[in-house]
Amino acid sequence: MSYIANTDKDRQEMLDIIGVKHFNDLIANIPEKLLLKDFLKLDKPLSEIEIKKRVFSLLSKNKCLNKQNSFLGGGVYDHFVPVAVDHIVNRPEFVTAYTPYQAEVSQGTLQWIYEYQSLICELTGMEISNAGMYDGASAAAEAILMASRKNRLTKALVSETLNPVYIEVIKAYTEGVGIEILTIPMKAGVTDLEKLRDLSDDKTSCVVIQTPNFYGIIEDCFQIDECITNISENKKQKPLFITINDPISLAILNAPNEYNADIVVGEGQALGNRPYYGGPLFGFMASKMDLSRNMPGRIVGATTDIEGNRAYSLTLQAREQHIRRDKATSNICSNQALCNLAATVYMCLMGKNGLREVAELSTKNAHYLAKEITNIKGFTLAFEKPFFKEFAIKTPTEPKIIIEELHKKEFCAGIEISVKSNDKAESDKLLLIAVTEKKTKADMDNFVNALKNVITTPNSQNKDSKETLNVKKEIN
Amino acid sequence: MEKLIFDKSVHNRKGYSLPKSEVDININDIIDKKFLRKEELKFPEVSELDVMRHFIALSHLNHFIEKGFYPLGSCTMKYNPKLHESIVSSQLFSDIHPHQTLDTVQGILEIMYELQNDLTEISGMAQTTLQPVAGAHGEFTGLKIIKAYHKAKGNHHKNVIIFPDSAHGTNPASVTLAGMKVVEISSDEKGMVDLEALKKVVCENTAGFMLTNPNTLGLFETQIEEISKIIHSVDGLMYMDGANMNALLGLVKPGHIGFDVMHYNLHKTLSTPHGGGGPGSGAVSVREDLVKFLPYPLVDFNTAPLCKGDLGEDEDCAGYFFLNSDHKDTSIGKIHSFHGNFAINVRAWIYIKTLGGKGLREVSENAIINANYIRKKLENVYLVPHNHTYCMHEFVASGNRQKEKGIKTLDIAKRLLDKGVHAPTIYFPLIVPEAIMIEPTETESKQTLDDFINAMLEINEECNTNPDLVLNAPSNTPVKRVDDVKAVKDLNVRHIL
Repeated sequence: MSYIANTDKDRQEMLDIIGVKHFNDLIANIPEKLLLKDFLKLDKPLSEIEIKKRVFSLLSKNKCLNKQNSFLGGGVYDHFVPVAVDHIVNRPEFVTAYTPYQAEVSQGTLQWIYEYQSLICELTGMEISNAGMYDGASAAAEAILMASRKNRLTKALVSETLNPVYIEVIKAYTEGVGIEILTIPMKAGVTDLEKLRDLSDDKTSCVVIQTPNFYGIIEDCFQIDECITNISENKKQKPLFITINDPISLAILNAPNEYNADIVVGEGQALGNRPYYGGPLFGFMASKMDLSRNMPGRIVGATTDIEGNRAYSLTLQAREQHIRRDKATSNICSNQALCNLAATVYMCLMGKNGLREVAELSTKNAHYLAKEITNIKGFTLAFEKPFFKEFAIKTPTEPKIIIEELHKKEFCAGIEISVKSNDKAESDKLLLIAVTEKKTKADMDNFVNALKNVITTPNSQNKDSKETLNVKKEIN
Repeated sequence: MEKLIFDKSVHNRKGYSLPKSEVDININDIIDKKFLRKEELKFPEVSELDVMRHFIALSHLNHFIEKGFYPLGSCTMKYNPKLHESIVSSQLFSDIHPHQTLDTVQGILEIMYELQNDLTEISGMAQTTLQPVAGAHGEFTGLKIIKAYHKAKGNHHKNVIIFPDSAHGTNPASVTLAGMKVVEISSDEKGMVDLEALKKVVCENTAGFMLTNPNTLGLFETQIEEISKIIHSVDGLMYMDGANMNALLGLVKPGHIGFDVMHYNLHKTLSTPHGGGGPGSGAVSVREDLVKFLPYPLVDFNTAPLCKGDLGEDEDCAGYFFLNSDHKDTSIGKIHSFHGNFAINVRAWIYIKTLGGKGLREVSENAIINANYIRKKLENVYLVPHNHTYCMHEFVASGNRQKEKGIKTLDIAKRLLDKGVHAPTIYFPLIVPEAIMIEPTETESKQTLDDFINAMLEINEECNTNPDLVLNAPSNTPVKRVDDVKAVKDLNVRHIL
């Protein structure tokens, strides 16, 4: 099925009007030897019935989260998505619309983006939000570039407590433009402030902190802000404070303006978007108003039409690649718009109380589970620090063995992560566990019982030849 | 205009249901007050029906493919099959976590593996990464690969990317982001790469050449072999911006005509939806010796059994799919948290599987016929500057004749909105004054094209008979012409809650 409307007769009429006999006459200018002689070597085409069969036989090889008791997080979370979100986001009016450059026939898209920006500003305490970025990692990278454009300084101090894949993406993004990325070491699960002080100098453009950090721990951003203020005493410029936040957490934890963040970014997937094997995701980005001209990506503004009626349009476009070309604030053009729409609908449905309830339920569940797990002999919290919905556990056996054993019982126990230890050569392996509002007490109790059984079952220590797929899995 | 959702909020109204907490824990006991939000969130309080009505009212203000024609040059607004949307909405796709163990995602990896291979076949290259999520993201990836190639050879001085003045704005912006320098050359009078101009700027520092082919005038760069010879003679690499790949499917393989790296826009060529601006997908294909620089991991297949012996005769023992990061040390790294826009890539995979090799070739053939048909029908009324040869899947007209009567291309575009057609791409490429860039795509019928042609001809008539109608257009859209200047001058980017 090729969705081509024209019949042979249509085509012939058109070729006649064009004034050629055959299609090949239209491409006669292409040197003969450049043209393919044969069809592409692809599978023979399937009908609608056949492709559905093929897909569902492939899908039967997958196991979705519903079928398993999953405690996976690490950047993508299994939060509840109300069905009303799907009913709106799947409407062709939103799905097949183009980027809203023609404002007069795109007011639907433009208005929801304006509402999205308003919600993100309220959530983060910032004054301007763009229409979205590719994902949390690239948003963090773009925030560093944005800071550097603003203050013309070239060193970024990035906490080691960031999701490690964010640090990788940041490095890939900043390597080319000559920004030096310095990692601030971790101390006891949080950013080491002394090291932050030591690393900063006249060239420090920004400090990047994730909170809750990769280990789920709430960083003391008030102290970090104070530290940034202190190090910039007697210096011309104060480095910009960039925070990476879990948007769900912001319903109960400090709005980043409370600790003077200048740019706030994060992964938005948790807001109304499903995991989809890690994509599409979307990054949100908001900042103080004085950074508006340095912001990457699309921004929608309210204005009027020529008759004075309220209308919306893309604004501050002079920052963007289609106007400014090599001097643009970023190369970004397509973003993840439909995911931002899902987030907008989600935030409206959940409203003031719903988002707070989601955050509270997730936190309470996480703390209950952490307490129950640490009651098992040999399991301890890796860090005794306040955490949100995710926590790292030291386990009596290697986490990968636990993950593998629990996998057999339909649990996704969590993610194995490595933490560099100051006093040891090798790094510690921890189990990172995430909990959302979707978990019932029974889900968590079952998980705890399964963990207990793993420890008491003798062969769980046995690392025989079963190097199965489960352990081949890479974290990043 | 529709009221903002915030203006519909009523204290204590509710649009969700959540379970009650089953655990006896108080937030204040577990999190220091210092870390708790000081001001409560002022999100709207609305019912589910309020939300449904609001967003459906907004949806009615949009143009979209199922509503009407979208002749947007360089954007390939083809029909997005409903089959794709229906299949992708399965929970067995949506509720898969990227950190799940490989044995629970074999179906997913098989799709990714096949798509890598199929895109590689279409491009005529050696391997493909699915990690970039947009065209510009793909450009950035491809340029970093070019940079890595030169760096690996110790050629740190090779840091200049050349491109013609007809290039998309993302090209120079991506070069800057990749940390290289841009050199722009003028096109010749036929709208093609000017070989003499190219020879003048090519030197030891040339890292590569970035070209859209067919170019943004919709013309196939027939001197492509000479161009690539010039660039390769200084060990530069040829980058193809695949925005116009809808013209080449099954006709020409970029890897066979001199290109070394290319990105696809799956949301253009392979019919994945545009989503009001995204998510798209920008897969990148490269030639053999560049594979080691691709972002990691790639999806790979191991013919060894899934696990040693203990599955017996189970069919899984035929082998398994996995994420291969063996090239991590040479790779440009990671440019996305996980594996790109998986859900978008699935749609492209379905598209390829349902069309096959012959079907894909027919896509390009019909796209080319449709574009030439419109061009032929309009060229007596609208100026078509580069008509020395047939066009590929799109062409660029100019509103210069109408401008002489005081009517700009912008006015013509806005008048089209009144006639139920989305405006073409306008004022691009920059080398054509008053540019009107028209791309019909293969999914539009002759009848739709005829309606569009008539609309364009009518507007030209209106320029003579009733110019005010065109100058004040649009008049029957949800809002009248929008004041973009005011949007910048009186910047208002959020409703303060």
